[in-house]
Amino acid sequence: MGSLKAIGAESAGEQGSLGFLATRTDWLINWGRKNSLWPMPLGLSCCGIELMAMFGPKFDLARFGAEAARFTPRQCDLLIVAGTLTWKMAQAARTIYDQMPDPKWVIAMGVCSSSGGMYDSYAVVQGVDSILPVDVYVPGCPPRPDAMIDAILKLQKKIEREDPLGRLIGTAGPMRSEAGSGELQFQPNFGRKRTALDKHAHDPKSRLPIEDPSPRRGGGKS
Amino acid sequence: MSAAGTAPRWAAALEGLPHEISAEQDGPCVRVALADLREALKRLRDRAGFAMCTFVTCIDGYPKEPRFELCHQLLSLEHNDRVRVRCTLPGDSAPTCSDLWPGAVWMERECFDMFGLRFEGHPDLRRLLMPDGYEHFPLRRDFPHHGIEPDRLYREWDRKRREHWTQTP
Repeated sequence: MGSLKAIGAESAGEQGSLGFLATRTDWLINWGRKNSLWPMPLGLSCCGIELMAMFGPKFDLARFGAEAARFTPRQCDLLIVAGTLTWKMAQAARTIYDQMPDPKWVIAMGVCSSSGGMYDSYAVVQGVDSILPVDVYVPGCPPRPDAMIDAILKLQKKIEREDPLGRLIGTAGPMRSEAGSGELQFQPNFGRKRTALDKHAHDPKSRLPIEDPSPRRGGGKS
Repeated sequence: MSAAGTAPRWAAALEGLPHEISAEQDGPCVRVALADLREALKRLRDRAGFAMCTFVTCIDGYPKEPRFELCHQLLSLEHNDRVRVRCTLPGDSAPTCSDLWPGAVWMERECFDMFGLRFEGHPDLRRLLMPDGYEHFPLRRDFPHHGIEPDRLYREWDRKRREHWTQTP
């Protein structure tokens, strides 16, 4: 990483008085981008309340330049998915993401949007990364605003490493925003194999015999 | 309650209709056959003053046959008492009560959405909570709790969206 300093700042001689600044262009672009994130809050459940606290005066996201929440995706570059995303809502979430202008980033706030959380259910998307390319995952149910601020800082670190000009001329590989938009890799419950229990969850006829997972030592005699 | 000798106040309304009154843990319950269900509900509303239908729901006892049991809970604001009307369904269709209590329209829609009961005579029997085009009935007991292809509708939408993008110049 380069740093923003005038050439000859140490000597303050004739070079410093010329009034120009030398830096790397991609560093300058990334510096501008990371310090002016405009979040699009997608508050879907209780995480939205913590999100409001994050924007409020007590936690004050304005310190990191990301307080300008807009409720239209056309003006935003950071989508914060805060809460439980259902399959019925997934189309709307994807549409919102598509309407945001590039470059754009996504934060999955809370355990529901990261992995489905406790909603191991037919109605809930098991992790928004199956429909959106997620940059930062925030654990917690819901996460405290501190954790969200940490996520913003981590995202800023991530933006620092990007290569905006290389992307423009095509040497930086595929666009990052296409990473999660391929064919849907849906694996409920992390791809764990289904058992007879899942087939008929409440059917007593199809229950498997449950073996004692930890047999006692000594054959039951003490 | 009838077993204790004191018949409930509304017992006279059901006279001549085969029914069975029992006391459940939280109130009286009357069990009727499917053919008498509408008549029983109508009489309870008109003659016994049950002006409000609190809920219409269904109980699925999956391995059992017949599996569905329809359950109406009625409330009389005038007398401050409740009655539950239960009815075992031989199939998955039932008569509607939305013409007796207009508020039952959404409850019957939800019942259709979750259990797949067809309410005959219902004015607008569509999905209420699940998306249109969803094929399954999630609260049935033989429905796996991970769902059956829960992403199917999203994938179809996603495919159309991509085709639209690639075809437009």
